[in-house]
Amino acid sequence: MASNFQLDFEQPIVELERQIEGLRKLADEREMDVDREVGPLKDKLSELRSEIYENLDPFQRVQVARHPRRPYSLDYINEAFTDFIELRGDRQFRDDPAIVAGLARLDGHTVMVIGQQKGRNTKENLKRNFGMAHPEGYRKALRLMLVAERMKIPVVTLVDTAGAYPGLGAEERGQAEAIARNLEVMARLRTPIVATIIGEGGSGGALALALADRVLMLENSIYSVITPEGCAAILWNDATKKARAAEALKITAPSLLELGVIDEIIKEPLGAAHNDPSATAVALKKSLSKHLSSLRKLKTDKLLARRAEKFLAMGKFTDG
Amino acid sequence: MAWFRKERKERPPPREKLEIPQDAWDKCSSCGTVDLTDKFERSHMVCHNCGHHGKIPAGTYIELITDPGTFTELFGDLTSVDPLGFDGYPDKLARAYNKVGKQDAILTGVGDIHGVTTCIGAMEFAFMGGSMGSVVGEKIARLARKALEDRAPLVLVSTSGGARMQEGVLSLMQLAKTSAMIAALKEEGIPFISVLTNPTTGGVSASYAMQGDVNIGEPKAVIGFAGARVIKQTIGQDLPDGFQRSEFLLEHGMLDMVVSRLEMKDTLGRLLRMMLGKEALELTG
Repeated sequence: MASNFQLDFEQPIVELERQIEGLRKLADEREMDVDREVGPLKDKLSELRSEIYENLDPFQRVQVARHPRRPYSLDYINEAFTDFIELRGDRQFRDDPAIVAGLARLDGHTVMVIGQQKGRNTKENLKRNFGMAHPEGYRKALRLMLVAERMKIPVVTLVDTAGAYPGLGAEERGQAEAIARNLEVMARLRTPIVATIIGEGGSGGALALALADRVLMLENSIYSVITPEGCAAILWNDATKKARAAEALKITAPSLLELGVIDEIIKEPLGAAHNDPSATAVALKKSLSKHLSSLRKLKTDKLLARRAEKFLAMGKFTDG
Repeated sequence: MAWFRKERKERPPPREKLEIPQDAWDKCSSCGTVDLTDKFERSHMVCHNCGHHGKIPAGTYIELITDPGTFTELFGDLTSVDPLGFDGYPDKLARAYNKVGKQDAILTGVGDIHGVTTCIGAMEFAFMGGSMGSVVGEKIARLARKALEDRAPLVLVSTSGGARMQEGVLSLMQLAKTSAMIAALKEEGIPFISVLTNPTTGGVSASYAMQGDVNIGEPKAVIGFAGARVIKQTIGQDLPDGFQRSEFLLEHGMLDMVVSRLEMKDTLGRLLRMMLGKEALELTG
């Protein structure tokens, strides 16, 4: 069951939690006061959490970013936004549930929110296709971005996908074209766009929602051109070298901030987003509001010029 | 004296043994036809038996589509660095620069096509699989900016396995960078023709290669987002014949036409002259 899922490095935390719970239960049964015993244990628990989570290696971060209990787009849409009205369909082929989108309010302002949605269990994942969109998902997103442009509403995207779906139908219907089209239109969309990587930012499938004026990342999310497993398989013919690949690819938020690919890291509560989804939603909301209000002040031409400059400056090379 | 005597002819001196160089012969990688390398090269690696389009260097492709002597290389000094300190990347780069040339995975410049001065880029598959890193992205962005400034059309000939993973997410960002410039060109009404050759996959297909006002595929070129192996693993069944080939994409509405390499120049020239409202060129000879 996903609600009990734990990563191996979370084991000591879970054990301590059990100890505390056991002590509480005992106290309840025997009507004893255990606050004196529980207090230090709780301190120890926080210490353990910060010790473990502040020293994650890159592949452990990948595991946290993919954690089955990590909040997904709809969790944030429900917690950080109000009045969400879902809008569906690409008007060409079908509605792709791997991407959810619609109008919502953030701090009272209307926004178009678009996010990749993973499933919590098998049934949901069948519907959501594990958060891996088909071309029609990207075309739905594009359609609604154009609606937002006409209504002069900013676009807020939540990125959480292992990648665009690599399937037969996806290729037949032009997965590459769908992503390429989003990039081209987003580059010139005449309304502010703020993208946040909330979990996995998997390659082109992630970028197709993330060509934005501001690109933010939750502390334990990742953003990469290829999965560590894929990279290890191609370069070293050995998918088990994924930890080495995760390290080499520089896919964690601090590395990406240093490379100038993202604008801000949104700090997650102690023990990562899945330990306190509400607090994470509050932090996300605060950061989104701040960036949206500064972007609203810009004239559209200036906004577009800056967006282009931002991406044109990316890359490292020598000239001559 | 013997009764019968056969008149002996003088033996001609033994002919000098012809030294046939190893690479005198070439083989079509599709149908296996063997013929003189020279003959393959004269037909620009298009097999005369099955029409298979083999790979040709970027410079040769540009020669093929431009009016003789009109091409000038630009931005040729841009060189890849190792931004992430990625294990083995500097060695790979050094080998590729040595073996293939200093143009990295794309050769860019200006040349005439049927008398139309055009900004042209051709990718080089031999250079790390035509992978797009920071240099490829920057060269395309600069070429598109030049097209914008000179109001000259843009032609990009793609062949690439996708983004260069040794540059990590910086290579992914080149999709955004090139798309931003193509979008700017389109806003100004400057024509962009994309030629997709074998193979054009991954990040390159998911950005500029699919963004042409006109998209042209070479016959049987593999074009797609995900690699066939990955798709096969994902869906757990064999892929249909001709899947992700130019003809498949044409049928599914992703390409305007499939054109043989040998007719590419004429097609580009006619398209460009029409798009720019120039009268048709009188072709002589």
